[in-house]
Amino acid sequence: MQINMSHGSGGKASAELMKDIFGKYFSNETLNKMEDAAVLELHGKFAYSTDSFVVTPVVFKGGDIGKLSVCGTVNDLLMMGAEPAYLTAGFILEEGLELSLLEEIVASMAKTAEEAGVKIVAGDTKVVEGKGGLFINTSGIGIIPEGRNIGAANCSEGDLVLVSGTLGDHHACILSNRMGIENQITSDCACLKSIVERLLENNIRVKTMRDVTRGGLGTILNEIADASNCGIEIKEDSIPVRPEVRSFCDILGLDPVYMGNEGKLIAVVAQEDGERALALMRETEYGQDAAVIAKVVNGKGVYMKTRLGGSRIVDVLYGEGLPRIC
Amino acid sequence: MCIAIPGKIISIEGHRAKADFNGNLVDVNVGLIDAKIGDYVLVHAGCAIEIMEKDRALELIELFHDLDELA
Amino acid sequence: MNIEQIISELKEYKGPERKIMEVCGTHTASIFKSGVRSLLSSGIKLISGPGCPVCVTPAAYIDRCISYAMLENHILVTFGDMMKVPGTAGSLSQAKGNGAKVELMYSPMEIVDRAERNPGTTYVIAGVGFETTVPAYALTIEEAVRRGVSNLRLLTALKTVMPALQWICENETEIDGFLCPGHVSVIIGSAAYEDLAEQYQKPFVVAGFEPEHILAGVYDIMRQLQTASGVEKGVHNLYKNAVRTEGNKKAMSVIERYFEPGAAMWRGLGMIEDSGLYLRPEYAAYDAGSKGLDQDIELPAACRCGDVIVGRINPNECPMFGKACNPMNPYGPCMVSSEGACGIWHRNIGML
Repeated sequence: MQINMSHGSGGKASAELMKDIFGKYFSNETLNKMEDAAVLELHGKFAYSTDSFVVTPVVFKGGDIGKLSVCGTVNDLLMMGAEPAYLTAGFILEEGLELSLLEEIVASMAKTAEEAGVKIVAGDTKVVEGKGGLFINTSGIGIIPEGRNIGAANCSEGDLVLVSGTLGDHHACILSNRMGIENQITSDCACLKSIVERLLENNIRVKTMRDVTRGGLGTILNEIADASNCGIEIKEDSIPVRPEVRSFCDILGLDPVYMGNEGKLIAVVAQEDGERALALMRETEYGQDAAVIAKVVNGKGVYMKTRLGGSRIVDVLYGEGLPRIC
Repeated sequence: MCIAIPGKIISIEGHRAKADFNGNLVDVNVGLIDAKIGDYVLVHAGCAIEIMEKDRALELIELFHDLDELA
Repeated sequence: MNIEQIISELKEYKGPERKIMEVCGTHTASIFKSGVRSLLSSGIKLISGPGCPVCVTPAAYIDRCISYAMLENHILVTFGDMMKVPGTAGSLSQAKGNGAKVELMYSPMEIVDRAERNPGTTYVIAGVGFETTVPAYALTIEEAVRRGVSNLRLLTALKTVMPALQWICENETEIDGFLCPGHVSVIIGSAAYEDLAEQYQKPFVVAGFEPEHILAGVYDIMRQLQTASGVEKGVHNLYKNAVRTEGNKKAMSVIERYFEPGAAMWRGLGMIEDSGLYLRPEYAAYDAGSKGLDQDIELPAACRCGDVIVGRINPNECPMFGKACNPMNPYGPCMVSSEGACGIWHRNIGML
């Protein structure tokens, strides 16, 4: 069975899709009321974020667009120190999409949401002409506990920058597929909740956190340096990259520093907490390859101390990172 | 102007070979060289352009040796 | 000799200012990526040469690429490098937004398969590059001929390094030595530079792409320059692991079988006789009309792209640099390409 225009008509086919797929997997008290909007009771300070997902292929090694769409928004909330609570999900389905594939993706979303401790409380589906693809938008709300202050402008000289694991895995996985290069590179798509909880529960003084998605490490560190009005010095040798991913980058002329990830964060922590934070990260499932990669310094911009002792500026990514021969 | 990196030939069929770059398998044309399985070849745009004789570590040792010789 | 000694000697150099041209764009990129400039004395200036194929390709070529990409039943395939280069009416990347059919390739040889699978579509390969890449295009045509795949064309902007180096030796006398392109040398051999070295009495050193290789190459050039006058300056091959004296003869012969030399337009240098490669007349059916694409974009009068390409000025000496011309809004191709001297300098402002 495939998606056709009647699934987006609001009529009987839409209702069946709702009942047989979305309702089946996302079931919870709020959603099941099937009202025009979810009614939530919220108090205090909360974080609110949205993200859209357009990845092709929709299923890849290590994940799928459904898992990605939950992790993406949940991770954004986590980076503000919020505890993710509710998600909404909007689907744009192209005609010809296999229902079995949609079900697989929706099941994957439900599983990921459960692991992340969030409820999907509202949703929407539209059908458009196309070639059997799908796009997902999620938005989410997370509760920020009292006294928590995490933000890009909080960093100061001496702070240490930790990355939770190897860089470039997701980007290399997706590009391998598109460029027809065979390898075992698996997307790092993951929910970062356990890492964040571990740091905060152990009173690590976290100044800021960011998930290292599009634009890569280089772009994100520049944003932090700008916001905090300081410089960041990266040590080239300390950046964790899998040898397979590094070679993949070499083949296509890409730089892991600008590669996207879907299950990695950087945390800037007070200098004295650096070692403890590293040990805590490494105890978690997704933080085993964590490393201290940089320090916050007086000055401006981001630069890298290279292997032979040289230095170079690490700027933001301009345009798209395209495979190149030259 | 031309990115090229070394990979190890793991299979050959006529001019078509597979080269392994640390676990990345790429189709490579070996029509320009006399490659055999196990050779490290320099690959640019899907084309093996030369056989490398040494690995990187040995290459650097030789580089400094050559510099001394030239002095 | 070890790398620490080399770095310390290059840092300590206090003699007259020396200008060394790294001809190859991949060297330029590696020099920046590993911070090589920050390891050198201010008396040693590295000048980025014309070895970025994207930077020296004239706008008329990009325009032709775009017009193919807009044609019904045609797909233009290219390496990623070319996507952002401006033609007279925008880049391939912009054209794609307007419905142009552009696909990326890792190797031109894979296009034979794509073309065979889709006989109703003509695949036009944007054939840009130097000697390193030309054999791959030759083998592509060989394979297309062998398999009778006729819906594939090459639109070439292929260039050879020696005529350009000859031009630079003649016209840019301030350059003291050359770091020769490592992977072009794999094909043409280190002996190719002998005549120029002898005629102009300048060091030509072939080097690989690790920072150690580049530093060793610069060190060797500096050492040659410091030897007494009257002592021959010459060609040294410091990339023996990949570069033979005679080059790769099979590759040279496959180039010759499919291509013949002709005049080519280099941005910054102008027309240079015999510096381009064009499909031989017997393979004309595979040519997408590559000759005569010499017209260049009318750059603003203030743009000094041409001077940057030949190393007459550093990018930051151009009045447009970092102001009207920046990576988000490039005028000259040197700012467009990831290997263009201006783009690289802009990313490294503050380190220089």
